[in-house]
Amino acid sequence: MQNNDNNAAVIRVMLAKIGLDGHDRGIKVVARALRDAGMDVVYTGLHRTPEEVVDAAIQEDVDILGISLLSGAHMHIFPKVLELLKQKEAEDMIVAGGGVIPDDDVKELYQMGVHKILLQDTPPQEIIDSFRQLVADRGAR
Amino acid sequence: MINRIPSMKLAERVREGHLRAIARLITRVESGGDPDVRQALAELYKSTGNAHVVGITGVPGAGKSTLVTQLVHEYRKSGRTVGVVAIDPSSPFSGGAILGDRIRMGDLVSDPGVFIRSMATRGTLGGLARPALDAVDLLDAGGFDVVLIETVGVGQDEVDIVRAAHTTVVVNAPGLGDDIQAIKAGVLEIADVHVVSKADRPDSNRTIQELKAMLMMSLEPGEGIWRVPVVPTSSEKHTGFGELMAAIDRHAEHLERSGEITERRRQIALTRVVKVAEEIVRDNFVRDSRSQTEELLKKVTQRELDPHGAAVTLLKAMKETIHESH
Repeated sequence: MQNNDNNAAVIRVMLAKIGLDGHDRGIKVVARALRDAGMDVVYTGLHRTPEEVVDAAIQEDVDILGISLLSGAHMHIFPKVLELLKQKEAEDMIVAGGGVIPDDDVKELYQMGVHKILLQDTPPQEIIDSFRQLVADRGAR
Repeated sequence: MINRIPSMKLAERVREGHLRAIARLITRVESGGDPDVRQALAELYKSTGNAHVVGITGVPGAGKSTLVTQLVHEYRKSGRTVGVVAIDPSSPFSGGAILGDRIRMGDLVSDPGVFIRSMATRGTLGGLARPALDAVDLLDAGGFDVVLIETVGVGQDEVDIVRAAHTTVVVNAPGLGDDIQAIKAGVLEIADVHVVSKADRPDSNRTIQELKAMLMMSLEPGEGIWRVPVVPTSSEKHTGFGELMAAIDRHAEHLERSGEITERRRQIALTRVVKVAEEIVRDNFVRDSRSQTEELLKKVTQRELDPHGAAVTLLKAMKETIHESH
């Protein structure tokens, strides 16, 4: 039998790479760690547009949309994603970011409405714990 | 904390084809059953039965996801809307899953006539869990013309799909087995349509010929019998997918014309009922595990009671206390 019994909702996560960013080693490690923690992980593959990712996240109805960015385009992409989620009445989706992001930008991203930023040296267990916490704080949906 | 929209309210929106409502109800269906979810499903079930349900199966690496992507494009060209339920295996250890089909289906995602949902097997036998079939209902009730179920492709005995789909497509890749594979029972026999993928490869002709030869052997003479076609496809050269859609349509027509559709529908109904019954039984086993089950298990391990006897005892006890919460 599985660790998940039928009545415990499995946390669903979409991990996305947006734009011209070809670095996917990190996101794959995170995907594997989350899976091993019992979560369902949908990986989008490389070079997606914000529209594609938001539409896919809505159809997959994920709890958390995690976007990995190592291209420096975070201040462009996060506002776009948040705006699209709002347009599509999906503001209840938790948005998390990861990658290489300067401290000042991190502050600004939180103000914008990104729920969690996990920088490049975050241990996998911390990512797992914070995702679980974010979903628990949000409550049943 | 957020506002939880009641499932019956979501059900109304599902009927209008609201994608977000469909998505949310699938999530609720997947995470087990609040009574209000079950009520919503029961209500929506009345609106199902219009979609043509196509199961796509085949060994891992045969090219199922690529084929599904191309097939969806064909359906869209013909003006039909398509729902896709793509199933991937759960880890037997953590229960988690990596659902990767999004990678290949990315370009379809922003088309409102297409809905793609990935689901994990959660360790079900045959690879087709009850929530996946509920998801098919939701897409059907949501007005999608065609619903494709892409299975995990576990091997040669994945026959569950036949009992849940109107048309079963088996994807064969060239070079995966010698000709003895072609006379094996199981996954080869369940096809209503055979596909040989990667048909741009030189060895694909041999696979096509072998399949055709095998199908000839099992051919009964007579009028009005469905002759399983072998359709070569190549995503490299973008060929064969129109033919595949046509073959599926022909099969749908055949089911109607011959009246076989009645038997298929009965078979699907049986599968659905059995799956839910199994789940209720399994949940009750887990729920009662602290009391009677544990005692019986001890007796079984100590050889005081055999597994069959223990199961019958438990089922008899369960009759009194059966929980309906699904």
